Parts: sequence; structure tokens; C-alpha cells
Amino acid sequence: MSEMSGPTARAGHAMSFEAAMERFDPVFGIEVHVELNTATKMFCGCATAFGAPPNTQVCPVCLGLPGAMPTANVEAVESAIRLGLALNCSIAASSRFARKNYFYPDLAKDYQISQYDEPINYDGHLTFELDDGTSVRVEIERAHMEEDAAKLTHVGGAAGRIHGAAYSLVDYNRAGVPLIEIVTKPVQGMGSRAPEVARAYVAALRDVVRALEISDARMDQGSIRADVNLSLRPRVDGEDAQRAVPLGKRTETKNVNSLRTIELAVRYECGRQAALLAAGRPVVQETRHFHEDTGRTTPGRSKEEAEDYRYFPEPDLLPVVPSRDWVEKLRATLPEPPAERRRRLQREWGFTDLEMRDAVRGGVLTLIEETVAAGAPPAGARKWWTGELMRAANDAGVDIAQLPVTPAHVAELEGLIAGGALTDKLARQALAGTLAGEGSPADVAQARGLAVVSDDGALVAAVDAALAANPDVARKIRGGKIAAAGAIVGAVMKATRGQADAARVRELILGRGGE
Amino acid sequence: MSAITREDVARLGALARIHLTDGELDVLAGQLTAIVDAVAVVSSAVDDSTPATSHPIPLTNVFRPDTVTASLSRAEALSSAPADQDGQFRVPQILGEEP
Ligand SMILES: [Zn+2]
Repeated sequence: MSEMSGPTARAGHAMSFEAAMERFDPVFGIEVHVELNTATKMFCGCATAFGAPPNTQVCPVCLGLPGAMPTANVEAVESAIRLGLALNCSIAASSRFARKNYFYPDLAKDYQISQYDEPINYDGHLTFELDDGTSVRVEIERAHMEEDAAKLTHVGGAAGRIHGAAYSLVDYNRAGVPLIEIVTKPVQGMGSRAPEVARAYVAALRDVVRALEISDARMDQGSIRADVNLSLRPRVDGEDAQRAVPLGKRTETKNVNSLRTIELAVRYECGRQAALLAAGRPVVQETRHFHEDTGRTTPGRSKEEAEDYRYFPEPDLLPVVPSRDWVEKLRATLPEPPAERRRRLQREWGFTDLEMRDAVRGGVLTLIEETVAAGAPPAGARKWWTGELMRAANDAGVDIAQLPVTPAHVAELEGLIAGGALTDKLARQALAGTLAGEGSPADVAQARGLAVVSDDGALVAAVDAALAANPDVARKIRGGKIAAAGAIVGAVMKATRGQADAARVRELILGRGGE
Repeated sequence: MSAITREDVARLGALARIHLTDGELDVLAGQLTAIVDAVAVVSSAVDDSTPATSHPIPLTNVFRPDTVTASLSRAEALSSAPADQDGQFRVPQILGEEP
């Protein structure tokens, strides 16, 4: 990484990531909060619809009014068990809820209902691949159920910052929405690949959650949120010797709400801690906030002081004791694991690793799958979704699935090309029409008069004109220089406004040019 | 017998956001010790063979279906708020307390 460019260049005190990795070994852990897509909250029947007017989806339970009693949402419990199974966790024979006590207006009860000593899922793992195909396995400590907190808006003071805010407005609609928190065991031995591994882990976890259809899984909307804790220890030779070095003081970075940010936050925090340690200064155990704009983290509250949550068992909720039958029934509903699905599709479609990676990264695997199911060849489906359409989505700043082009449209387009009705170039024009809302590619082709000129008479005339206009080229072709025909193909395509079949034009040129 | 110290009380006070004077620390330390000792009597009634329980009734798996029920109206929800603004609860500024 260059110190001269990118967000870290403004970091000032941080050591470069490379220098940090020469001297120190990073160990990190990730806590991911997944907001479930149940119709109602975790412990009450209030709706969870996103975007409702403030404080219209609240009741005595989620407002913490005296005497209100919570009851667990069975759908949320099932989602939690299914996620646990998908993450290869053991499902606790008996699991209970606990109160996590803290004073902050985002929870009206002054405690959050969570799970502490008896989480529903424990001891799992998730295996995933890095970009170069390296397989990594991250151990999962637990995946437990809890409730989300209210949304606070800080008003006045220093623009939106907590310090100096004159007052805060609280919307309890989100308070009580079911969450699952997935906690890794310390991830070590990754060295300078730690940022990449952190990012890939969250991406893999998001894919699992998406495949299970238990959450919207949108990081940009906060339905998946990650906290990354990280510490450094002196680097020593040998894997076993390295593992034997005690862990350093760790910081926890919050506000990491995109895959890219996770990677940046880990890199930045490595450099920041390394600079402190190299200068003989201690790393303070604290919560830090990542700032998208500067690429830096700044301290929040100090952990030692604040993190005394005095957990105790929630007396108002009964233990969850899933029967073997229930668990096995839920296991039977698990989808094909995303990593396995990818391997299967790549095999079926015959994509190269690079092609597959582009499709996965672009989030178009399902779109390609549906396009192929609608009758298109995999290579054609891939070409449109990872090319033209991905560019269109990026340009418009929308999710590719929100484009007005459907898998059926793309399959229709491929059919028109295969049938000889459209050339590649015309197909792109037809697709542009579909993107502009002019209807299906076939409709656009008809409305815009896009059609391959297959009338040989017209083509022959165009070829002859082009040959006559380029006597040198015509001579070369006659002399056997077939490659020279390309210039004439170009001229003919131009003359026919791209509506000729290039292969047919080429045949005609070689036939006429030789005369 | 488990003595609650002045330091324990000061820490609990800080966690509960209650400001305590030196005099109050002394009084409360004594009172809390007495309460804890009184509750500790329960320990003498059980031995190691008695498992700790968090729930007095032997019920498990009490759930509700994922069906939306009526919420309060916003006016009802805000009726007990000390202050409100724009349909939201208005609370004093919080200094570096984000959890
Ligand atoms: Zn409610």
C-alpha cells in the first residue's frame, strides 16, 4: 500500500501496514449482528417493517413499560437454529436468555435481552475461499439471539456527533427487532492477509445468511453489522512459537458496515497499534469508531470502565430446549451451502476461476442461474450480467437486480442472437432499449427496426463499394492476405449501420475480393 | 458473610449513574452487606447436589407465532415521555456513553 494515496495517507500517526506486519502478528475476532426478517419483533407482536413513521411499531413490551411480559418469537428461534446448523454449530440442549444491563436511551428497559452463558448455538466453523483460492476456516464461538436497540438521532452540538449533542431523538421502532450475533474465536496465523480474511469471512457469512433467507442481509441498510476486535503481538519465527506469544491489548472497532470498510479498518488499526507499540506506548483497550470519510478510527468510551453489564438470567423468559426432532426438521430445510453451490455451478457452466470470481463478486450468480434456466447458454448469460448490465447498474448506482432487465429478457436476447436475428452490436442496442424501459429485447428490436441485413443483394453492393473505395486492400485480399478483409468488414458494417452479420460479410468479401 | 465495601458501592453507583456522597457510601455499604448476608442464609439450606435454577417453574419452549399484533398509537407511546419532538422521544444529551 502506498503511503501517498488512499485514506490511510491522512492517518498521520499510523505505521504503514507493510511495516507493521514485519514486526507484529495480528490476531482478530469479528462479531456480526444479523437482523432477522421476521414479520414481528423478538419478544412482542409489533411489526418490523422498515421505514415506518417513528414510534408507530411499539408496544408496552418493547417500550419497557412496567408489567409488560416478553414472549419469544418462534420464527426467530427457528432462524437462529437454522443459522447455527448452517455454521456447523452445536445446538444447545438447553439455552436461556439473559439481561445485559446498561444505561442508554436506545433501550427503554435499561437492559437488553440477550444470551450470555447458554447461547443457542456454539462451537461452529465457516470455511470459505480467498480471491486466490486459498481456503480458510474460521472457528465460531457462538451464535446467540438478542434484540436490537432503538435508533437515536443526535441533534444540535457538533453535527450528529455524540459529544456536544444538545439532545437526542429516539425512535423505538427498531427496539426489539430480532438479531443473531455471531462471534468468532480469535483468528490467528493470517499475518498480512488478516484484512482480506476479515472481509472474506463477513462476505461468506452474509452469503450463508442470504441463502437461508433469514435476513435482508444488506450491509448498506444495517441489516448486517460487523464489529472487529484486533490486537498485535511481536512477530516471531515458527507457527507454534508465534501462537505461544501472549495476545496483546485489543481494541474493538465499530461502524464497520461494508465489506471494503472491514478490510480498511483492520489495516488501519494494525498500523495505528503498531506505531504505538513500536514507540513503547501501550494500546488502550477501548471501543473505536471507524470513519468512512477519513479511513481512520477514533476512540469511543473506554472498555474497562463501561463494560460491566452485570448479566443475569432473564426471569421473564423460559429456557429454549429444542428437541432432536425439531432440530432435524430444521436441518432438512437448509439450502445448499453457498461454497458448494458455487463449485457445482462452475462445474455445470464450465466457467474459468476468473469468470466465476467476477460473477460471484458482482453478485450475479442467481441472475445467471435464472437466465440459464430460461434457456440461455451459460457463457452468454455470464457475458451480459458481468459486462453490459453490471456497468449499467454501477452507472445508475442501483443494485443489479433492480434493473428493468430480467433473466428472461437476457435469455430472449441470446435467442435472437443465436437465431441470427440480431448481431452482437444490435443486441446491445436492443438491451439498451430494455434498460430504458422500452420493453423486452424483441419488442425493442421491432420498434427500433433493429434487424440483421441478410439480403445478400444489399450486402454485395456494400462490399463492392467498399472494395472499390479501398483498391490497396482489395489487392492484398486478391494476393491471399485474408487478414486484410477486416478493414472491409468494418467499412461494410459502418455502411449498414451495424445491421449486417459480420461473418456473412466476411464470406462475401473473400468471395468477391478474389475475383 | 460477604462485606460490601465503600468501593463496591461507589462502583455500583457509577454504573447506575447515581451520585453518592461519602456519607451515603458508608451507610449503603453497611446496609447492602446486611441484605447480602440475609440472602446468603439460603445457601445454608442447600448443598452441592442442588442445581442452581434460573426459573422456578419447570416450563420450557413457550413461544408466540410470528404474527403481527396491534401496536400502541404514537400518541399513546409518547404519552409518558418527559419530552417529545417530531414523533420521537426527546432525551438529554449523552456524553460518550454510546454502548
Ligand atoms: Zn412491541
